[in-house]
Amino acid sequence: MATQIEPATQTDEDAFRAEVQQFLADNFPAELKGQSNALAGVDGPTNETPAQTKWREAVGARGWGTPTWPKEYGGGGLTKAQAKIIDQEFAKAGAYNPIGGMGVMMFGPTLLEYGNEAQKKEHIPPITRGEIRWCQGYSEPNAGSDLANLQTFAEDKGDHYLVNGQKTWTSGGQWADKCFAIVRTDKSDKHKGISFMLIDMDKPGVEVRPITMISGTSPFCETFFTDVKVPKENLVGEEGQGWTIGKRLLQHERTNISGGGSLARLMGQSLGDIAKKYQPTGADGELADAVLRDKIADFEIRWNSFLLTARRAMEESKAAGGVSEISSVLKKLGTKLSQERSELLIEIRGLQGLGWEGDGFSDGELEAVRAWLFGKATTIYGGSTEIQNNIIAKRVLGMLDHQ
Amino acid sequence: MAVLNEEQEMLRDMAREWTVNESPVTEFRKVRASGEPEAFNRDAYATMAQMGWAGVIIPEEHGGSDFGFLSAGLVVEELGKTLTASPLVMNTVAASAIVLGGSDEQKARWLPRLASGEAIATLAVDEGPSHDPAKIETSVSDGKLSGTKAFVHEAHGADLFVVAAKDGLYLVEKGDGVALTTRKLTDQRSHADVTFDGAAAEKLANGGDNLLDDVLDRARVLTAAEMLGMAQQVFDDTLDYLKQRVQFNQVLASFQALQHRMADLFADLAQMRSAVEAGLQAVDAGFGVARAATIAKAEANRVMHTMANEGIQLHGGIGMTDEYDVGFYLKRARVLEQSFGSSSWLKDRFSKLSGY
Repeated sequence: MATQIEPATQTDEDAFRAEVQQFLADNFPAELKGQSNALAGVDGPTNETPAQTKWREAVGARGWGTPTWPKEYGGGGLTKAQAKIIDQEFAKAGAYNPIGGMGVMMFGPTLLEYGNEAQKKEHIPPITRGEIRWCQGYSEPNAGSDLANLQTFAEDKGDHYLVNGQKTWTSGGQWADKCFAIVRTDKSDKHKGISFMLIDMDKPGVEVRPITMISGTSPFCETFFTDVKVPKENLVGEEGQGWTIGKRLLQHERTNISGGGSLARLMGQSLGDIAKKYQPTGADGELADAVLRDKIADFEIRWNSFLLTARRAMEESKAAGGVSEISSVLKKLGTKLSQERSELLIEIRGLQGLGWEGDGFSDGELEAVRAWLFGKATTIYGGSTEIQNNIIAKRVLGMLDHQ
Repeated sequence: MAVLNEEQEMLRDMAREWTVNESPVTEFRKVRASGEPEAFNRDAYATMAQMGWAGVIIPEEHGGSDFGFLSAGLVVEELGKTLTASPLVMNTVAASAIVLGGSDEQKARWLPRLASGEAIATLAVDEGPSHDPAKIETSVSDGKLSGTKAFVHEAHGADLFVVAAKDGLYLVEKGDGVALTTRKLTDQRSHADVTFDGAAAEKLANGGDNLLDDVLDRARVLTAAEMLGMAQQVFDDTLDYLKQRVQFNQVLASFQALQHRMADLFADLAQMRSAVEAGLQAVDAGFGVARAATIAKAEANRVMHTMANEGIQLHGGIGMTDEYDVGFYLKRARVLEQSFGSSSWLKDRFSKLSGY
C-alpha cells in the first residue's frame, strides 16, 4: 500500500536528498562507478585502491554507511526515511555502500542491543568506518543444526577466560580482525551454559585454515582455539546469556540471507531476456522452446511473489513496530528460489552455462557457475531449511513437540 | 496482510463478523440442498448489498462507496472463507466494465441499481470450456447481438450481461433473445451456457481498445481474492484438525513430517497473499495491472491447487466425506482455477507481457 507522505516532512526530505547528491558529487570517485563493496564481501582479501579508501573514509566520516545507528557511536543518527534516500541516491549515482560485512549486518545491531557502554564505544565506531572485519564463531564440527551442542570451552581464570575448542564454517575467518563467538562457560546446562564473547583473531593460540568448497573458492574456514586468553571485559551480556544474544544475532543474519535488506538488487535480469540470447526465438520474438518458456514464466511468477512477500513483510513490520510473522518464511523461500534460478540459468545456457574457467566463457557465465555451486550453502547455513521449517511449525503455527 | 486504512479495517471486520455469524458453510449447504439453479440466497445478497458490498468499486455519484478493489477484495476474501454463494464477485466485475467503458447514461441507468442490489450483472466472455478471450465469435449487427457464451458464472441470477463480442463489450438485458442452458459444475454454483439470438445490445463505447483485458484483469484479481480466502480457511481448518487428531498416542501436529508440510503450505500461502493483494492494489493504482493481475491469479491457482489437495490428504479419510467441508473447497477451487485463466494460459500471458 502506498505510504502516506506528510507534506510537512516533504521539504525536509528534499533538502536531505540535495545534501546526499552534493556529498556524492564531492566525494564519490567516478572510477568506482558500478563497483560493489570488496571489503564487505567474504570471498576475497582486501587490497583497497586509493580511490576505494577515499570513498570508504568519506562515507565512514558521516556515518552514512550505517545511517540509522546512533551518532554517538559513529552512526548517521538518521531516520529510516533518510536512510532510504541515501540508498536511492547512491544507487542512482552507481555508488556502493563501502561500509558492510558481518559487523554491519549482524554484530553491530546485536552489540548495540546487548553490549555495555564501554563495549559499544570501543567496537561500534570502527565498524561504522569500515576499519575492522568481524567473523562469526558459531558452528562446530558437532554443532551445526544442533547449534547449542557447541563444546568450545571458556574456562574462568579470574581476570580472563582461557578458550579451547574448534569452530568451523567461519566465513572470512582468514581475513577477519575479530571474532564474535558463542562458547561454553558451563558444562552442566546445554543452553544456559553458553556465553557470547569477543576474540581477537591475532591472539596467540588462534589458528585459521581455509576450507575449499565445491565452487572452488574458500570463503569459509576452520578456526582452532588453543589456550587463547580472552579478557573478561570481552564478555557481552552476562555469563549464560549467550544463547539468547546469539539467537538474536541470527535473526539479523536470516534477514540478510533472504534479501530483506535490499530488494531492488535482488531482482536481477529477467531470465526470459537472458534466454533470448542463448535460445532460438520465433518470428514473434517468443522463445521457440515452449517447455522452457513455460518453466521460465513459472519461476519468474513465483520469484515476483517472493519479492512482493519480502516487501509486505517490511511494510507490516514498519506498521506494527515489530517483526512480521512471515519474516520466518523469507529465508526458506528466498534461498530455495535463488537456487532454482541458478539451475534454470544452466538449462538456458546449456554447457555454455557450466564453464569452470577459460576464455571461451564470459565473466558473467563463469560467475554464475560459481554462484550456482556456492548457492547450495544458502539452504544449509544460517539455520537450514529444515530448521526454518521447525521454527515456523513450532513458533508460528503452534505445532507441539513429539512426546 | 496488507497495511490497511481505518475504513478498510472496518469493512473487513464487518465482513468477517457477518460471514462467520450469518453465512457459515452450513448456509452454502442449504443453498446446495435447495437445488435452485441460481444457487444463492436472495435475502442474504440483499443484506450484503445493504451493507454496501455490492457498490465498493462504484463511484459515490452512482450510489457506491468508491473504496476500490483492495477493499472489495477484503470482503470477497471473507466470503471465500465460508464459501458464501453469491453473485457479488461477478456483479462487481460487470459493474467495473460499466465504470470503465459506459456512457454517462449507461452509468446512471445501471450502476445505482447494481450498487443497491436491485439488479445483478455478470460477465460473459468465453465461448468454450477453457479461458480464451482471443477466440470470440459473438458478433453484433444493427444493435442485435448473437453468439453463445459457455459456462457463464452467476448467469441464472443476472438481470444484465456484459458480453464480449468481436468488436468490444456490450450490455444485454435478460429477456428476449437470451436463453440459458444450465451447466451444473462440481462447485454446485450457478453456471450456464447463454445463447444470444439477436438480443438487443448496447455497446460500452468509452473504455478504449483494452477494455476487455482491463475487465478480465479485474475478474482475475477478485477471483484470486476469493481463492485466497478459501486457501486460508483450508489451511486454518487443517491446522486445527492436526492439533486435535490423536494417533499413536500423539496429536498429529507433533509429527515432524506433517509439521514441515504445514510450514511449506504456510510459505505458499504467504506468497499467494502477497501476489493477490498486490494485484488488487495495482488495479487501484492503475499501474502495471496486466502483469500484477497475471501474477495474482497464477499464484492463486498454484497455491489453491496444492492447498486443496493437501487439505484432503492431511484430513485423512474424513476429508473424503461430504460431512466435512474440506471437499467443498476442492470442488470450488478447481472451477475458479479454470476460470479467467488456467495456470498454463497465465504463464503464456506472463511470457508475452515480459517480451519472451
